[in-house]
Amino acid sequence: MEIKPPIVEIKNLFKSYRRGNQILPVLQDINLDIADGEFLALMGPSGSGKSTLLNLIAGIDKADSGSVTVGGIDITNLSETELAQWRSNSIGFIFQFYNLIPVLTAFENVELPLLLTGLTKKQRKDHAEAALYIVNLSDRMDHYPGQLSGGEQQRVAIARAIVTDPLILVADEPTGDLDRVTAKEILELMERLVHELGKTIIMVTHDPRAAEKAHIIRHLDKGVLNDAHTKTGI
Amino acid sequence: MHILKLVFKNSFRHKLRTYLTILGITIAILAFGLLRTVIDAWYAGVNASSAARLVTRNSISLVFPLPLSYKDKIRQIPGVKIVSYGSWFGGVYIDEKNFFPNFVVDSISYLELYPEIVLPADQQKAFVRDRKGFVAGRKLIAKYGWKIGDTVILKGTIFPGDWEFVLRGIYRGRDKTVDETQFFFNWDYLNESLKKTTPARADHVGFYMIGVTSPSAAADAAAAIDKTFKNSLAETLTETEKAFQMGFVSMSEAIVIAIQLVSFVVIIIILAVVANTMAMTARERFVEYAVFKTLGFGKWHIAALIFGESLFITMTGCALGIVLTFPSAKAFGNEMSTFFPVFNVSTETIYLDIAASIIVGTAAAIIPTWRAINIRIAEGLRRIG
Repeated sequence: MEIKPPIVEIKNLFKSYRRGNQILPVLQDINLDIADGEFLALMGPSGSGKSTLLNLIAGIDKADSGSVTVGGIDITNLSETELAQWRSNSIGFIFQFYNLIPVLTAFENVELPLLLTGLTKKQRKDHAEAALYIVNLSDRMDHYPGQLSGGEQQRVAIARAIVTDPLILVADEPTGDLDRVTAKEILELMERLVHELGKTIIMVTHDPRAAEKAHIIRHLDKGVLNDAHTKTGI
Repeated sequence: MHILKLVFKNSFRHKLRTYLTILGITIAILAFGLLRTVIDAWYAGVNASSAARLVTRNSISLVFPLPLSYKDKIRQIPGVKIVSYGSWFGGVYIDEKNFFPNFVVDSISYLELYPEIVLPADQQKAFVRDRKGFVAGRKLIAKYGWKIGDTVILKGTIFPGDWEFVLRGIYRGRDKTVDETQFFFNWDYLNESLKKTTPARADHVGFYMIGVTSPSAAADAAAAIDKTFKNSLAETLTETEKAFQMGFVSMSEAIVIAIQLVSFVVIIIILAVVANTMAMTARERFVEYAVFKTLGFGKWHIAALIFGESLFITMTGCALGIVLTFPSAKAFGNEMSTFFPVFNVSTETIYLDIAASIIVGTAAAIIPTWRAINIRIAEGLRRIG
């Protein structure tokens, strides 16, 4: 049986922040492999470094040392411009507060990442409509974010995240701003993305109920990654 | 959906703020355009002057006359083609508040020397033939409702008495730079009257207007004229028509400089207003810029969004300001026709309006853009929570 290499490989990763003259270590010697199609939850108390780790995996922050390899590319060696291009092709982002552009409709928000691709207008339309169909919002594509509920906005954000068919999806507290019922719907949608579309999801959460949906839960504490807690096999 | 569409939509996210900013720019461009037009009006005489014309006056001062006998001597000087002459008459029509420039001129040579004063041939003949005849610009005619054949009386201030004239012609300017508020009458009418009343003042002119064969001959001809009358009882000062007109403008140069300064201050004030608007706008959207960067949009995209919005707002205000400048200038010019007989919005003023707006729009976006493109994505995203 062929063993597939992990889609994310993190080796000896260190990250610190400077506050005045003080250097505050945030992540210390992180080593982590994430397999293709895995749904991983990162948990930990506030300030444990889980969002920082997510940012480093997503290429929106720079490590002090160590390497982050995603889909075979060591992103720690990429320039800002290369990283921006890499992110547009390889990463889908789901934020706690959705971060939709309020003056754009649901369709236009989903189409936004496609503007950086070479797709034609017709192709962009097809892709965006397909993504909105997956999140079950075909009938709301002409609505503005202000006309949508929190759960619907998060679904639009998920459609925006998957529209470019990225290698991995990163989600930072995706249910943090939602009520319990809506949060459950969003988590079920994320599960569907993993099971039906084979997406790899890395999710940061405080919520144990959200983490329950993941295949693997990893805990961070004071910048140190604890042993794996595997819920289910994949 | 393109970046331009997003720029347009972003521009109207805070409608009141955008409309007020556009209103501010519109008023600033209107004020700037009017002030520049006032400056242009100040220099209208200078701009309308010909490089192939000289003006000779008494070297002591313009108020001292020159003998009429100089005419033939000037005509002999190499490079001189036409010699005309005249004086400032300084007459008052009914009341002093009805000011308009009025001159006494040698009609035939004057009309030959100033082809930009367009007078129908029959009216020209009637004017030359009638000693008491006068011609006036069509703006002056329109202001007072005179008709051909009407008798008009001016009260002389330099040449005392009531002077009666008959309207024989209505001139129009060949182009917009020509003053159409002037009043001319025949030299012979004044001179022959002076011979009877004050003979000592007769056969003296206020200035000579001289046409030279080419602009390149102007300097030599001017020097030769002044040399001819050196050590005479009335020495001359000859200069180009432009320099002569500039002499009047320079008397009020301080006012012109003040107006120029004010016009630039208006632009600086509106720059501060637009910069403030753009700073507020960008500060409110740092999270969005971070999201754009997260999605893979580069610095140039962020810069295009901010510069685009700033330029869209300023150019909209600029367009409205320019559109409003024309009727405002017309109303202002009509109201102030006594002081500014030529009050036209020039093409240069429009270019300056556009250039000022582009500078304001660009300058106002520089700092917000610099801040937006340099913000770390993680830091930008944290601002929301």
